[in-house]
Amino acid sequence: MSNEKKKFNWKAVTQHHLFLPIVCLLVVLLVNVIKTPDFFVISMKGGVLYGYLVDVVNRASELVIVAIGMTLVTAASGGQDISVGAVMAVAASVCCQILSGGQVSTDTLMNSMALAIIAAIIVAGLCGAFNGFLVANLGIQPMVATLILYTAGRGIAQLVTKGQITYVRVDSFKVMGGYIGKCPIPTPIFFAIAAIILINIILKKTALGLYIESVGINGSASRLVGLNSTMIKFLTYVICGVLAGVAGIVASSRIYSADANNIGLNLEMDAILAVALGGNVLSGGKFSIMGSVIGAYTIQALTTTLYAMAVSADQLPVYKAIVVIIIVVIQSPVFRRNMEAWKQKRALRNKAMEGGH
Amino acid sequence: MAQNEILTMKGITKTFPGVKALSNVDFKLCKGDIHALMGENGAGKSTLIKVLTGIYPFDAGEITMDGRPMVNRSPQDAQNNGISTVYQEVNLCPNLTVAENLFIGREPRKLGMINWSEMNARSRKLLQSLDIEVTPTTLLDECSIAIQQMIAIARAVDMECKVLILDEPTSSLDEDEVEKLFVLMKKLKAKGVGIIFVTHFLEQVYEVCDKITVLRNGELVGEYDVENLPRVQLVAKMMGKDFDDLADIKSERIGSVKEGESVIEAKGISHHGTIKPFDMIFNKGEVVGLTGLLGSGRSEMVRSIYGADKADSGEIRVFGKKVKINTPLDAMKAGMAYLPEDRKKDGILADLSVRENIIIALQAKRGMFHPMKRKEMEDAATNFINLLQIKTASMETPIKSLSGGNQQKVILGRWLLTNPRFLILDEPTRGIDIGTKTEIQKLVLRLADEGKSIAFISSEVEEMLRTCSRMAVLRDGKKVGEIEGDDLTQEKIMETIAGGEKSNE
Repeated sequence: MSNEKKKFNWKAVTQHHLFLPIVCLLVVLLVNVIKTPDFFVISMKGGVLYGYLVDVVNRASELVIVAIGMTLVTAASGGQDISVGAVMAVAASVCCQILSGGQVSTDTLMNSMALAIIAAIIVAGLCGAFNGFLVANLGIQPMVATLILYTAGRGIAQLVTKGQITYVRVDSFKVMGGYIGKCPIPTPIFFAIAAIILINIILKKTALGLYIESVGINGSASRLVGLNSTMIKFLTYVICGVLAGVAGIVASSRIYSADANNIGLNLEMDAILAVALGGNVLSGGKFSIMGSVIGAYTIQALTTTLYAMAVSADQLPVYKAIVVIIIVVIQSPVFRRNMEAWKQKRALRNKAMEGGH
Repeated sequence: MAQNEILTMKGITKTFPGVKALSNVDFKLCKGDIHALMGENGAGKSTLIKVLTGIYPFDAGEITMDGRPMVNRSPQDAQNNGISTVYQEVNLCPNLTVAENLFIGREPRKLGMINWSEMNARSRKLLQSLDIEVTPTTLLDECSIAIQQMIAIARAVDMECKVLILDEPTSSLDEDEVEKLFVLMKKLKAKGVGIIFVTHFLEQVYEVCDKITVLRNGELVGEYDVENLPRVQLVAKMMGKDFDDLADIKSERIGSVKEGESVIEAKGISHHGTIKPFDMIFNKGEVVGLTGLLGSGRSEMVRSIYGADKADSGEIRVFGKKVKINTPLDAMKAGMAYLPEDRKKDGILADLSVRENIIIALQAKRGMFHPMKRKEMEDAATNFINLLQIKTASMETPIKSLSGGNQQKVILGRWLLTNPRFLILDEPTRGIDIGTKTEIQKLVLRLADEGKSIAFISSEVEEMLRTCSRMAVLRDGKKVGEIEGDDLTQEKIMETIAGGEKSNE
């Protein structure tokens, strides 16, 4: 009886939608431990936590924040927002430019932090609204619509900073990418956790989650049951833009500057991968925020591993691609079905052999 | 006799999680036979077809074709083995031309490149031989559903199949087209093709079929020769019980039709290109039928009232009060509900659960910031699963794994949950077995008795006569008349649909 119950639970676990993403993460972590035995060692150095694991969780923060927005956009519109990296750069440049009061470098804040952050987030939200308008109202394919800001975004950021890299060498600004006072945990981790909690609250306290899934699955049926597909799609792009803005501010605080050419570079691709690794279908419909979050940490763990194995930054994408291919194949429905068939066949053969004896 | 058998299925068993879809089913198909496969929704017809064509693997049993064992792992496999299928919902590419659809995957080639002129020429010849009036270079999207269906059949025919499976091909065809299809089927029969014909229309079975195999709850009831099985018995075998007469339900109703107050009053409503301005009143406690040929504007009429296609002119009054309806949500807030014609495209949210599919309309009506509590959703779902006897493994099962009739019940439940005053039912019984059909018809009458106003659209005139107390007739996007009382007969309706030439003479 109890044995049977255990078996049943095991099946429920393997069929859970987060099962494979978690397994993937564990495998990557396992490889890490084998390659770098002190991977899980966390020590205190100079009053802050230190170790590979801390580094992974810290570095993944921007990716986690962006991946959440990407998940919503993917679910509602069945396409991806490839402009998030560029939007991060725009937000960073707006934030830094306001703080520096237009100078190339500053040692004191020229304007209040709150103003700079709010302005940066509003600008990022407007970028998202622009994407949302093109996709939801004009019906342009997401990839094409967001290609505009993908290419133009960094140019806009350069315009804002007048082609310079704006430095804000003020400790209070460095907090967001560094540490709050004597807290040993890096601040970006708090941003990531806050983003996860905030979005989950929004999805729980409103019916937005259900609406997004409905619209992503069947737009025309959703319209007939009274949902405003256009508005819902638009909203996901705005949320995605705002989250990219937050990620951009964190990223610029890390390097206390607005480097329009490098902030969030190629992050959109990692974010899309995180969504896919999380077991979300890229053509829209049902989604899992937690899946994407796990996917984001998996990617960052992978990157850190490869660096730890002394792979140069230039070659990194090749190794990343190989691992990603393996993970995505394992999660593909065709592979799963074949595995299932193979298992059945084996079971049948075993049965036949038992019968023969 | 035995050498005549081209296809034999023996002891086929197939289980889905929680449901035994087929258990130990046998099926035989002979050369040149048209063999009807019948049963209620969820009887296992579609599953049997899908097992045969390799869409689902089966758990036990064997399939032999021409005496050799055969296992199809995919529809392509089946096709290579000479089995072609035309599904209920047309599975072609709407953004390709007719010719491309006919030859997709086997395009005539010259030096490795597609030979377009030959493809179009061969398409034209094929279409002509089957009397399908469409040019090969038209986009499939621009053809009516009926033509699309014919094209799907033409494609199968051209692939020299030995076994042709027609899965509810007639449910979206009008009588002329059905007739044409039957001519085509008889042609193929003469050529020695074995045809498996899945349908819900009894008359059609008796018109073209040689044999009938009946399934019920995933089990084989039996195989019969058509001439030895009277209709009543066939129905009894499908339902597994003595059949309470369909004709009875109307008699329960007669006399209870009362003059109610008007619920919905449409004045001069029109939508450019689909429906010309019309006036229409729907009263309380009344079932009003909308009839006409396919494309006559009966669906477009309700769509323009509901705001699915925003009306270009005219006004809607709800209980005498003028209401502005720009979107379906406006209509829902005014107490309307709309069960759309195309269940797959406009009705179900395939990946969502039965529960979510049931509550989505009420949730949308309440608004995003008033999410329903989990308990409330579950109560609503349980309530309608019991009330409408929806067959599902659980309320968390995705709706796509339910049979067509049960999906329709879920959609019906979705709208009843919003407690509408005016319920629009566009082909609620299409592709649904007789048992469920009767259930739905009875439900419609009960809802009317409870004081709801109902607009009912169906391609089957008989069904409309059974349920409606008044009927509006449409022709070419225009309302041409209303019939009620003693005039409500098949002849009178046909006459009105056919047109006013008679009165002009």
